[in-house]
Amino acid sequence: MAGFDFLASLPAIAPEVGLTILAIIILFLDVYLSGERRRNIAWVTVLGLLLLAATPLVWVPPADPASQLVWGGMVRHDTLAQIFRVMILLGAALTALMSIDTKAHGRQGEFYLILVVATLGACLVSAAADLVMVFLGLETLSIPLYILAAFRRDDLRSAESGMKYFLFGAFASALMLFGLSILYGFSGQTSIYALAEVLPAASGEAVLPVLAALTLVVVGFGFKIGAAPFHFWTPDMYEGAPTPVTAFVSVASKAASFALLVRFLIAVFPQSLVVGGHEIQAFWVSLAALMAVISMTLGNVLALSQRNIKRLLAYSSIAQAGYALIGVAAIQSQTEQGVASVGFYLFMYTFTNLLAFAVVVFFSEATGSETIADLAGLNRRSPWLALMMTIALLSLGGIPPTAGFFGKFFLFNAAVQADLTWLAIVGVLNAIIALYYYLIVIKVMYVDRSADEDQPIALSRASGWALALPGLVVLLLGTVAAQPVFEWAVQGALALFQA
Amino acid sequence: MSELVLPVLSLIVFIPVVAAVIILFLNGEQRDLVRGVAVAAALAVMLLSLAVYVGYNAQVAEVTVNQDATLASGSPMAATQMFADGLAYEEHYEWVPSLGIGYHVGVDGLSAPMVLLTGMVTLAGVLVSWRIDDRTREFMAFFLLLVAGVFGVFVSLDMFTLFFFYELAIFPMYLLIATWGWVELRQYASMKLTLYILVGSVVALVGVIAMVLVADGFFRTVEGAAVLQQAIAAGIISPASTSFSFDMVNLTLAAEAGAFDVSGYGGVETLTFARLWFPFIFIGFGVLAGIFPFHNWSPDGHVAAPTAVSMIHAGVLMKLGAYAALRAGVQLLPEGAQAHLPWIVFLTLINVVYGAFIAFRQRDFKYVIGFSSVSHMGLVSMGFATMNVIGMTGAGLQMFSHGAMTALFFGCVGMVYDQAHTRDIPSLGGFIKRMPWVGLAFVIGGLTSMGMPGLSGFIAEYPIFTGMWAASEQITLQAGGLVLSNYYSVIVVLAALGIVITAAYVLRVTGQVFLGEFNATLYPDVGDISITDRVVLVLLGAPLLILGVLPGVMAPMITSGVGPVLAILGGA
Repeated sequence: MAGFDFLASLPAIAPEVGLTILAIIILFLDVYLSGERRRNIAWVTVLGLLLLAATPLVWVPPADPASQLVWGGMVRHDTLAQIFRVMILLGAALTALMSIDTKAHGRQGEFYLILVVATLGACLVSAAADLVMVFLGLETLSIPLYILAAFRRDDLRSAESGMKYFLFGAFASALMLFGLSILYGFSGQTSIYALAEVLPAASGEAVLPVLAALTLVVVGFGFKIGAAPFHFWTPDMYEGAPTPVTAFVSVASKAASFALLVRFLIAVFPQSLVVGGHEIQAFWVSLAALMAVISMTLGNVLALSQRNIKRLLAYSSIAQAGYALIGVAAIQSQTEQGVASVGFYLFMYTFTNLLAFAVVVFFSEATGSETIADLAGLNRRSPWLALMMTIALLSLGGIPPTAGFFGKFFLFNAAVQADLTWLAIVGVLNAIIALYYYLIVIKVMYVDRSADEDQPIALSRASGWALALPGLVVLLLGTVAAQPVFEWAVQGALALFQA
Repeated sequence: MSELVLPVLSLIVFIPVVAAVIILFLNGEQRDLVRGVAVAAALAVMLLSLAVYVGYNAQVAEVTVNQDATLASGSPMAATQMFADGLAYEEHYEWVPSLGIGYHVGVDGLSAPMVLLTGMVTLAGVLVSWRIDDRTREFMAFFLLLVAGVFGVFVSLDMFTLFFFYELAIFPMYLLIATWGWVELRQYASMKLTLYILVGSVVALVGVIAMVLVADGFFRTVEGAAVLQQAIAAGIISPASTSFSFDMVNLTLAAEAGAFDVSGYGGVETLTFARLWFPFIFIGFGVLAGIFPFHNWSPDGHVAAPTAVSMIHAGVLMKLGAYAALRAGVQLLPEGAQAHLPWIVFLTLINVVYGAFIAFRQRDFKYVIGFSSVSHMGLVSMGFATMNVIGMTGAGLQMFSHGAMTALFFGCVGMVYDQAHTRDIPSLGGFIKRMPWVGLAFVIGGLTSMGMPGLSGFIAEYPIFTGMWAASEQITLQAGGLVLSNYYSVIVVLAALGIVITAAYVLRVTGQVFLGEFNATLYPDVGDISITDRVVLVLLGAPLLILGVLPGVMAPMITSGVGPVLAILGGA
């Protein structure tokens, strides 16, 4: 740690500073505004988050890798942090946008306050460079989310959702903390960029404890990203929580955890790390590949029989985590492709999933139902809702011209390049299974008839934006915008290998 | 290459997309406006594709002369040069340059007829869908999206772009069949069709990624880098080309230089990349061409689909599969083709004969046509398997001929069904008295189907059989200790049986549906067809006659298109 330059270090946490200020503003607005004017709280949140999403682009990371590690080595201000922060902030803005007209919490200031705090945690996680910051960031992200999941206190399902999420989350945090403490115990180091060098000697070349620590940490991450076999909390949590919260958990929490996962694995257990004659990377690559296969297969197969759209999306998100893990396993090629494909995948997944959940929010606000069968005739009731849901589902399924096609293509490409062709094959076959249940939902919306189909579903202006923005992004990412965003992700990936 | 300033091929691909978006923003109640926009777009692409065809036809002679000269020169990259020289109306933009993905489109002698076919069937499809009143807006929008995907595949010169459009076509097709199809079968058939085609294509996608990677490895070697530099110097590939590229010209170059024939692939002594992946890529795409035993989706899919979709599906989409199998399979993995096509030919024989038999057994009018497509598409793959110029040219002609013919058939079936509300063959009869246009069109299609001289079917099927006969001496099949030679002549004799059966079912259907007594009490409302339907029949029937009488308008073009493929097969 060279000299500490406060002003030069500030840009690295510009979004976090901004989020803190935004949270305070919301707190005040919550007290002063009343009646219909409380709607403005939501708008302030949306605009504030959108504005903050620009900050990582204004204060770009320093080009020199040596000066990227700031705030006493707590935070690393690099392109990977940049791309994930933009993703998370935009995701939070869209979540707030789709919440505006919900009856349950659209006017409640504390909802937006907690959302902003959770976003703060997610931003910290995506830049964390120290074991302490890793844990603090994850808890700052998770604890607000536990509260949000249980936000509808009078609803039993919501309470169950929050409780389950809390129990599993706390358990995962404990496991991860245990793993982190083993690493610290060996080395006396907390900076993840310093660990790799001292680890072989510090552990006395004993490979088992290192693997144990690695496994514990990966299991902890497995819970956070909702990958099988650590996915048990997802379906109940997704179903019970207020839908915008589900949407936020499914994207922001997952994205931030993936950002940290790849950073952590590459920094702490790089290819060069050999303990007691064993290459540690080969171990976690197999672990990631295994989790990828189980997540994809289990998620997709269990999704087949779902009747509730939120549960279907929950299982689908387990499978999606599995696809992204293909990219993590592909890091074994030592090229930027693996991380870059993960970055692009999560970028497009954020918008895709938010689009799908936005449709669910507006549909259930209008009809009070969340079952797939009730989506029947949606094309006649609201052509735009049906079309947007179709775009979202196609993107999840990986069909052009939506973003998902590029996302999957980049992942499979990375896998083949990393000599994991078998994993790519498992991935594409899983994509077919997934497409089956996505198509079923599309079929229900377009083909099936319902008694209510002559009752149109009206959309407010805010709802229109909450659909149009992600919808447009998904289509653009699937065509012309794929190139710049992928290049951006490549830059982010390169940053990790430059450490 | 082209002096034309207009990006014609991009217009052909994107006019339907733009029209689809415009249609989605229209008021769904204004059905005539929706139809008007759709017809305008379809007419525009039809005319543009005709212009492309005529424009390319004008330069075929020159292309052929150049190709012969290139081949005679004995250059080590002759086939690639022939392929690159044969391209016209090229457009090349970067898409994701870091992964070697470009938007590269163009036509050659193989794809130009397919573009024209798609243009014709598109217009016919929009016209024949005139009476669709249930959500006309969505129907037309999805139909045009489907068409855009089909055009995109035929003009793509980049494997990624090809996949992009290939998958783009699949989803609208699903929704069109599931929503507007035949109530009793549509949900089952549409899902089955979609999953079959997707499984085939995604496995092929992984194969293509692996292929690009192998090519990348080759171009990074000293020898490969020299080849790449030479090709850039000769102006065959773009100067910006990197070793990692999905561009078809680059991959052809790698294939010709033998990058995919290196033995020891995957650690197995006798295995090469081409040998391992050819079946997955060829059959993966071949699923869409209805290759046995993966043809199962096709009759159900065709029967369940609304008329316009059946037309485009059997008429054009099945060719999409055959076309992609030829491009990505035979052209890029010639060594694999030589190793595997000698047994794949048995599958095509089953297609031809078994398809015709099953067609004969059907009571449902539309199933007859559905299985006849399986049978005729078998002839296309069989033409590929000849691996000689006669047979391959025949396969190309058969793609066009069968496309127009089967679209005509499905049009006829749709028109009869619209008025009779049944497709049960025994309960129909005498329809030619009330619907003379349809009857005549069906007879023309039927005669084409059984290969009557003077119609396009003969022009297409005769060369395939001749090609098979000619190939018989060259091709031997070695499996384990078994060596089989001269068996193509046996196959061709058996395949000729398919023609006999085809004649039988065509005559049976014609006799039972169109001839005989008309039952006026059962079908009191059956009358003649509308003017739009007549346009459809003329549009699809005329090419069958023109091509039958004047094969010179297409055969040389296709011969020039298969030239590079054969050069690479010969050189490998």
